[in-house]
Amino acid sequence: MATEVTTLTEERAATKTNGGVKLPIYMDNHATTPVDPRVLEEMLPYFTDRFGNAASRNHSFGWAGEEAVETARERIAKLIGATTKEIIFTSGATESDNLAIKGVAEMYREKGNHIITAVTEHKAVLDTCKRLEKYGYRVTYLPVQKDGLVDLDDLKRAIDNKTILVTIMAANNEIGVVQPIAEIGKLCHEKGVIFHSDATQAVGKIPIEVIKQNLDLLSISAHKMYGPKGVGALYVRRKSPRVQISPIIDGGGHERGMRSGTLNVPGIAGLGKACALCYEEMPQESVRMSGMRDRLRDRIMSNLDEVYINGSMEHRLPQNLNISFAYVEGESLLMGINDVAVSSGSACTSATLEPSYVLKALGTGDDLAHSSIRFGLGRFNTEAEVDYVADRVVETVQRLRELSPLYEMAKEGIDLKSVKWAAE
Amino acid sequence: MSYSNKVIDHYNNPRNVGSMDKNSAEVGTGLVGAPECGDVMKLQIKVNPATNVIEDAKFKTFGCGSAIASSSLATEWVKGKTIDEALAIKNTEIVKELSLPPVKIHCSVLAEDAIRAAIGDWKKKQSTPVAVAEAKV
Repeated sequence: MATEVTTLTEERAATKTNGGVKLPIYMDNHATTPVDPRVLEEMLPYFTDRFGNAASRNHSFGWAGEEAVETARERIAKLIGATTKEIIFTSGATESDNLAIKGVAEMYREKGNHIITAVTEHKAVLDTCKRLEKYGYRVTYLPVQKDGLVDLDDLKRAIDNKTILVTIMAANNEIGVVQPIAEIGKLCHEKGVIFHSDATQAVGKIPIEVIKQNLDLLSISAHKMYGPKGVGALYVRRKSPRVQISPIIDGGGHERGMRSGTLNVPGIAGLGKACALCYEEMPQESVRMSGMRDRLRDRIMSNLDEVYINGSMEHRLPQNLNISFAYVEGESLLMGINDVAVSSGSACTSATLEPSYVLKALGTGDDLAHSSIRFGLGRFNTEAEVDYVADRVVETVQRLRELSPLYEMAKEGIDLKSVKWAAE
Repeated sequence: MSYSNKVIDHYNNPRNVGSMDKNSAEVGTGLVGAPECGDVMKLQIKVNPATNVIEDAKFKTFGCGSAIASSSLATEWVKGKTIDEALAIKNTEIVKELSLPPVKIHCSVLAEDAIRAAIGDWKKKQSTPVAVAEAKV
């Protein structure tokens, strides 16, 4: 007990405050979000009192579990304009992406072997497509325009008579760019091609309506919208067209045979509650988020020169800001704002030493990709936090530019592109 | 990734930041790395031509915390050393001093390269036409 008390005291002591702002500040909500206390409250009984297996059909423990699962299904369906039978529970968006893509690939193998995706997709989609290439599928990776959007004409040209699936994300995890999914879906339906969208970053943040947006398959994650980690869902359209997928996990035939495995009842209850909260609060929340995001952008950009926004500002999640700070390397910037949790597209933050492939796809030079920071605002951020973060960023960029030979050279009028760098 | 205390110290309080006149005959400038790779170091030395002792050193670095720390440490180490002593500094010594993880070893390599490039530049200046002309007179 004594040890425990000490630890807690130490933890409190480590939490600094600055001008009413509690540190550290979390502003990396595209990576994950904290569980909303209302979501946690919904989940808790399903760990203990109502622990039953939702597949147990002959006692009240099982019925309680099943009821929680069906309530969650209704809440998810309501958020995206689907019906309950179209919602399949999974372990998260990575599994949903795998199930959608591999499931369609196997089911429609006789119809064709061609899949279309885009270069800025999440690895859960790209690596799944790469695996299918090993099995004889043909994959087209569409480029994106400078603003991060897919060109619909490129897509139209890429579709051929062997195309069975188009998979394009709803909103990008790095730059928050929102793709024209309704138009993409329309094009797919005109050509009789199934349309899947990884909507991990979009669901709960911007309106998604599967019928209006011509979606056939949609991947959903709980932990990006204040739900728990380890649970997600896949929407599978049942009417016009009816979409069929082969399972990738075999077993007890849960989820209408599409995804076997005992259902994660507490997680599913949490996902459902998270969706219900987003359904109710999205209109006000998105206004508040874009207001704070713009405040962050303006406060940074009015105090620094040579700062560049990556991706379209118009077609963008209200929570996202991705900025490159020329002449400053991203990881050193993160180190300077170490009481703020954000992420960088710099190579140094990844194991591969390659800068962000998403930024490279926009045509952002490697130098600017190394200088990028992703801010992901969330439900629990405040304006005071935004101001604190902006000020810390400005002050750190200024300090690092004083330290930067590139900034000095640029100020001397040297064109950095014309310099012959002595790189290995 | 967590940083060693020494890296954090150099990052927070970098030693010898600045620039010297790159056209001065006493100054050698090394510019290594490339913006596309995420690291550029500029290291300058001021050498006493009579003794070959590095009397001053300055740096500026675009790069991660470990790159900043490596170059900051390099300026500390070369100061007061002769050209030959400075050429003997190995990147592995920088790795050891800053406890750099394997993924950051390239930062120490770059710092060693910067020292060598600065010395090379200074040596080149010692045999420039100006010096030759003086010799002829």
